[in-house]
Amino acid sequence: MFKIVRREEMAEGTVILNEIEAPLIAKKAKPGQFVILKANEEGERIPLTMADTDPEKGTITIIYMVVGKSTAIFRDLKVGDGYQDVIGPLGKATHIEKVGKVICVGGGTGVAVLHPITRALKEIGNDVTCIIGARNKGLLIMEEQMKDASNDLRVCTDDGSYGHHGFVTEVMKEVLEGGDVKLVVAIGPVPMMKAVSNITKDYDVPTMVSLNPIMVDGTGMCGGCRVTIGGETKFACVDGPEFDGHKVDYDELMLRLRAYQEEEKKCHDEYCTIRDAN
Amino acid sequence: MAEKAAKNTKNPRIAMPEQEPKVRARNFLEVPTGYTVKMAQEEAARCLQCKKPACVQGCPVGVDIPGFIDLLSQGDMTGAIRNLWSKNALPAVCGRVCPQESQCEGLCIVGRKGEPVAIGNLERFCADYERENGTGELPPKAEPTGKKVAVVGSGPSGLTVAGDLIVKGHDVTIFEAFHKPGGVLVYGIPEFRLPKAIVAQEVNFLERLGVKVECNAVVGKTVSIQELLDEGFDAVYIGVGAGLPRFMNIPGENLVGILSANEYLTRANLMKAYEYPKVDTPIPKGKNVTVLGAGNVAMDAARTAMRLGAEKVRVVYRRSREEMPARAAEIHHAEEEGIELFLLTNPTKYIGDENGRLTGMECLKMELGEPDASGRRRPVAIEGSEFHLETDLCIVAVGSGANPLLTAETPDIKLNRWGNIDADEANGKTTMRGVWAGGDIVTGAATVILAMGAGRAAANSMHDYLTLGW
Ligand SMILES: Cc1cc2nc3c(=O)[nH]c(=O)nc-3n(C[C@H](O)[C@H](O)[C@H](O)COP(=O)(O)OP(=O)(O)OC[C@H]3O[C@@H](n4cnc5c(N)ncnc54)[C@H](O)[C@@H]3O)c2cc1C
Ligand SMILES: Cc1cc2nc3c(=O)[nH]c(=O)nc-3n(C[C@H](O)[C@H](O)[C@H](O)COP(=O)(O)OP(=O)(O)OC[C@H]3O[C@@H](n4cnc5c(N)ncnc54)[C@H](O)[C@@H]3O)c2cc1C
Ligand code: SF4
Ligand code: FES
Repeated sequence: MFKIVRREEMAEGTVILNEIEAPLIAKKAKPGQFVILKANEEGERIPLTMADTDPEKGTITIIYMVVGKSTAIFRDLKVGDGYQDVIGPLGKATHIEKVGKVICVGGGTGVAVLHPITRALKEIGNDVTCIIGARNKGLLIMEEQMKDASNDLRVCTDDGSYGHHGFVTEVMKEVLEGGDVKLVVAIGPVPMMKAVSNITKDYDVPTMVSLNPIMVDGTGMCGGCRVTIGGETKFACVDGPEFDGHKVDYDELMLRLRAYQEEEKKCHDEYCTIRDAN
Repeated sequence: MAEKAAKNTKNPRIAMPEQEPKVRARNFLEVPTGYTVKMAQEEAARCLQCKKPACVQGCPVGVDIPGFIDLLSQGDMTGAIRNLWSKNALPAVCGRVCPQESQCEGLCIVGRKGEPVAIGNLERFCADYERENGTGELPPKAEPTGKKVAVVGSGPSGLTVAGDLIVKGHDVTIFEAFHKPGGVLVYGIPEFRLPKAIVAQEVNFLERLGVKVECNAVVGKTVSIQELLDEGFDAVYIGVGAGLPRFMNIPGENLVGILSANEYLTRANLMKAYEYPKVDTPIPKGKNVTVLGAGNVAMDAARTAMRLGAEKVRVVYRRSREEMPARAAEIHHAEEEGIELFLLTNPTKYIGDENGRLTGMECLKMELGEPDASGRRRPVAIEGSEFHLETDLCIVAVGSGANPLLTAETPDIKLNRWGNIDADEANGKTTMRGVWAGGDIVTGAATVILAMGAGRAAANSMHDYLTLGW
């Protein structure tokens, strides 16, 4: 069992942080890599990016949005409980390089995934402007950490309850207008990454995104995570999860993410009904 | 003996009792239900006890077939299973999944005039009898040698190596990427053909012997081969299988509703998705299912789809029935269960709707031309024969290759041009000192018994190395 040693709630309880004992993984993991977790015997294998690792303590940290049945089960795990299985580190590590001026754009829980990458980009000497967004102030996560991890932090909310009123893409455009931007890293909902990539294409700025297709094994043996990159099929778990944002077929990814929508909704509703009854 | 031969060839082979096709096509319980003691002994009596048994030559690990059959017919079940175990560590598995018709049974003398002795069924009987009635006594173990061995992958080849080396006195740890050990035996071959409880028991047997099993360990990611050697393992065996799914590279392949057989079967078997929503992993349920390919994998996928409630399941294959690589028993079972074979047919394009979901596929009719490099007649498209096949779920089972995940991280291990590990055929040695390999990762997708045979050869070589030096 992989024990949970710390648990926090964010964004009004819709986002959960778990720090988990997994010494082998903590020792090996690099920014951008993910783990696959399974709560119990009947559980599904769920991929989540490591938001942080502590090799000395032997722990990894995951931050996830509660969206369906499996993440709802994860939410119900308390400190002292554990995950039956944690597998990793999986995927390729982010390529961290000193390029100069960089923009990191994060939306929703994507901010958690973006955090270690932003920090690494800054540590190596880049000038990092970070733009994070959420639907409203309550749903914003990791503002303090992102401030520390970057040179300049901008915050947006869709409803204007905090920071800039509007989308992250609007603020990003302003920064791009300032010129000299060498790299954009965007992690968040697929429509956000698509919108960011469309804009940076006009500005001809290289853009890296982190994709989240449905996965099973995470080691390249099922092909369920296939995505189309520049017309070629890639397996996100081993070839990614990060790809050139200008080459991704986002529309295909969005359709594939909905493959199990009906089954999952039913399963989730049933679980919540049972849970609320108890 | 001539008299006995005449009698035996006349006696019909004892058929294995099976669930009714209509019933079993909708459940996941094992299809053949097994011989009774009486049936097994009657069938065993059909064996001629040949002085030069042809059957043994057909067995890749050289099981003493007349020997175990003789013990069985004398009622010495314990003797029979001990005899089997001396050559084959997984008789309950092999009795169920080996392609007997092209191995032992294919060469059996009785088969020349009539039906061959049901060697596979008898092997299975002995193993099942021991499991249900045996003492569970462990084989003797040699004194500890103080040597540590790492086995990467827990499929049939890895399990064989682990079993052989633990009784020779070495300290053995298996590293498995998935959360459950067994390899294809747990994630690929379905419950109705090989109950998972049997695989679990075989693994448990090794654990009782002292083998340590570390699941969730993706070697090449969680830990590397070099690190295993640095951390004090004296030798490493790589048995990671051929897990990379192949697709056909035809337009529309990423539509929702097209899955590799690996994904489909892993969801169904390892994740038990047929019990969804009792378990959390979903599986797409097609009404009109198409399976591409004609090997065991294709048959397993087709029969799983039927059990998950499909109205129509078709196996589409570009060659003819004769070239189908699946075990004869599986093709027969599949047809009984209502699965249609669509032979000499090759898909050229997938068709989807506005939601990106599969609705059909375009196919071409084929005819057979001259034999190709594989010795099989080459399928050639018949011009203008395009037709539309309606389908809402397509499972691609056209083969699998070597997964580069581990080998990409281990440059000292030489690969061949297909990405398989280049290992000495006789003993499994790779080009990296202290590292052996065998099974599908060396041969490409093959069979359980060949993977086990490679494991045994490697285990012997590793033992020599550990006791005598490289
Ligand atoms: C490499 C990778 C890293 C990720 N990192 C994070 C992260 O750090 N934080 C976070 O909140 N989310 C992350 N995700 C997404 C997360 O895996 C899904 O939200 C989660 O699997 C949903 O499971 P569920 O059962 O609760 O919801 P479900 O009800 O099962 O599904 C809701 C939606 O989640 C997606 N989904 C379902 N199953 C999977 C699966 N096995 N793999 C991927 N997506 C799936 C689908 O779009 C589905 O429609 C990541 C995904 C990937 C592939
Ligand atoms: C659906 C299906 C049906 C089949 N039916 C039959 C049949 O009826 N009869 C027959 O004889 N053969 C059959 N086969 C073929 C047979 O199963 C294989 O030839 C055999 O399992 C190969 O054994 P192996 O030990 O080489 O590898 P596998 O059984 O493939 O096991 C390899 C193991 O290694 C693990 N692994 C992979 N990479 C890593 C890593 N980096 N780190 C740690 N672990 C790793 C995998 O998770 C897996 O558990 C079938 C195959 C399939 C897929
Ligand atoms: S060839 Fe057939 S009859 Fe002869 S020993 Fe083998 S199983 Fe018995
Ligand atoms: S998750 Fe199975 S191949 Fe990527």
